[in-house]
Amino acid sequence: MDWFALTSPEWTAVQLSLKVATIATVASLPFGLLIAYALARGRFWGKTILNGIVHLPLVLPPVVTGFLLLVVFGRKGLVGGFLADHLGIVFSFRWTGAALAAAVMGFPLMVRSIRLSIEAVDRRLEAAASTLGASPTWVFATVTLPLILPGILAGMILTFAKAMGEFGATITFVSNIPGETQTLPSAIYTLTQVPSGDAGAYRLTLIAVVIAMAALVASEWLAQRVGRRIGPE
Amino acid sequence: MTVDIDIGHRQDDFELDVRLSAPAGLTALFGPSGSGKTSLVNIIAGLTRPDRGRVVVNGEVLVDTGKSIFQPPYRRRIGYVFQEGRLFPHMTVRQNLLYGRWFSRPGEKAEVERVIDLLGIGDLLERRPGLLSGGEKQRVAIGRALLSNPRAVLMDEPLASLDETRKAEILPYIERLRDQSRVPIVYVSHSVAEVARLATTVAVLAAGRIATVGPTAQVMQSLNLLPAAALAEAGAVLETEVEAHDAAYGLTALRSRAGLFRVPRLNLAIGARVRIRVRARDVIVATSPPRDLSAINMLAGTIAEILPSGGAAADIRIDCSGEIVTARLTRRSVDTLGLKPGQPVHAVVKSVAFDGGSLGAPLRITETELDA
Repeated sequence: MDWFALTSPEWTAVQLSLKVATIATVASLPFGLLIAYALARGRFWGKTILNGIVHLPLVLPPVVTGFLLLVVFGRKGLVGGFLADHLGIVFSFRWTGAALAAAVMGFPLMVRSIRLSIEAVDRRLEAAASTLGASPTWVFATVTLPLILPGILAGMILTFAKAMGEFGATITFVSNIPGETQTLPSAIYTLTQVPSGDAGAYRLTLIAVVIAMAALVASEWLAQRVGRRIGPE
Repeated sequence: MTVDIDIGHRQDDFELDVRLSAPAGLTALFGPSGSGKTSLVNIIAGLTRPDRGRVVVNGEVLVDTGKSIFQPPYRRRIGYVFQEGRLFPHMTVRQNLLYGRWFSRPGEKAEVERVIDLLGIGDLLERRPGLLSGGEKQRVAIGRALLSNPRAVLMDEPLASLDETRKAEILPYIERLRDQSRVPIVYVSHSVAEVARLATTVAVLAAGRIATVGPTAQVMQSLNLLPAAALAEAGAVLETEVEAHDAAYGLTALRSRAGLFRVPRLNLAIGARVRIRVRARDVIVATSPPRDLSAINMLAGTIAEILPSGGAAADIRIDCSGEIVTARLTRRSVDTLGLKPGQPVHAVVKSVAFDGGSLGAPLRITETELDA
């Protein structure tokens, strides 16, 4: 059984990864919903550009995304400097930066999933709700939102899974500091660089596989549950 | 309680130009596909903003383009029953029914019970819309619109997607609604049978304009104004009362102002009111009382008017004790018989010409009530 026992730094990396992925998912949800709604329903100048920017992390090398984050959100970066000076929020070389990197990398997946589900909503149902007295806000809360819930959940789970595995942008932006920014992938990478690290790398790999599988199973289960609740129509 | 419309609206190549006042009761918007019926109700509901004009419901201005007034749909309190139901799939039937009450001042609880009872949907309340039949969905959709405390109700071909059995299931509910509630109903249809049975007022719409408007019996007579496809179904609409049942021959006698009609047995109590439609093409005209004839419905009257209707046919309007019955004959027959206005004639109709589509209003009555 000793073989399975995680060493303290390994356990720290697992915990940190779970925290980073959770925060990244939850914090990006409101933005994801807003942008998905704008892209699905909005008609405005620059929609194509916005769509491109959102999807950029999906196609850029992660290292480039990480470097751009460093430039913009670093201590001397345009946004990073402002946030540090006025709100006391620091991203560079902190776990918050790891969460930001994970959120940016997972964002296209979240927006895509929510956008598709918004586009699938029968707008005639929303018109029906408005004739029954529901204002646009209420129509969104009582008709649109429940109908896109499966898409939102799927988007969150995909983002979470992506955040758990994020490596390139994270290590570029916030480095690989044990206990602060050393997430599960970074820890595995570190272990593979030392001669005695194989056992630890195996253990963490096993955990990564289990978490990824759990996420996939959970997303499938949620989709089915919600699907059954809405029923065939 | 009226809906007053005076609007102009252009959509792609189609131009809608309508001036109409729908009184209490059921006003049918009647016309072929593409005549602008749905566009018009969408304008009343607020789902479409008209280019110009006014929409006034019970004195409240909902749209006045001249004064830049446009009330959004959710402030109009106009119930809308859509062709495809549009029930919310993520809510139960009960939640669907009560949806509108979240947003309007809730009326008394008895109102909910009354509507559920009126529509016979008490057993469906906990089900999801996905598991309902087409007819059940439409009844729930009607209930949902009624319970939103509406000032007027719009129905856009609510029966179009249903088969004849389902239609027969819902028609009585709409009749009860028309007779029991005081809100004006605007009912879109291209079915003569539905319009003749349900409407108190008919507005015929053709190519975006009102071709004619008036009481149902009157409009159903103006054959030349009806769309070509409806001509075969057009004719007199008469209010009758069940006078007797003839069990031996399976007939029911209906008393109208024009005279007595014998029709295939109706499941109705003596004294029940039935609206019947006498298709113009089913009426035969005789200049003397016919004998040795199989048809058993004969109405005495005088010719009020002879209208050539183009082609081989002519429409003979016969005044039978104040009710007008129209017969569609060939012009050849008119000349052979020497028919002219003022002449006394007999209108003859076969009993079997009356079928489900031309007889109205069977309420749910049990056999025992009939025998009593």
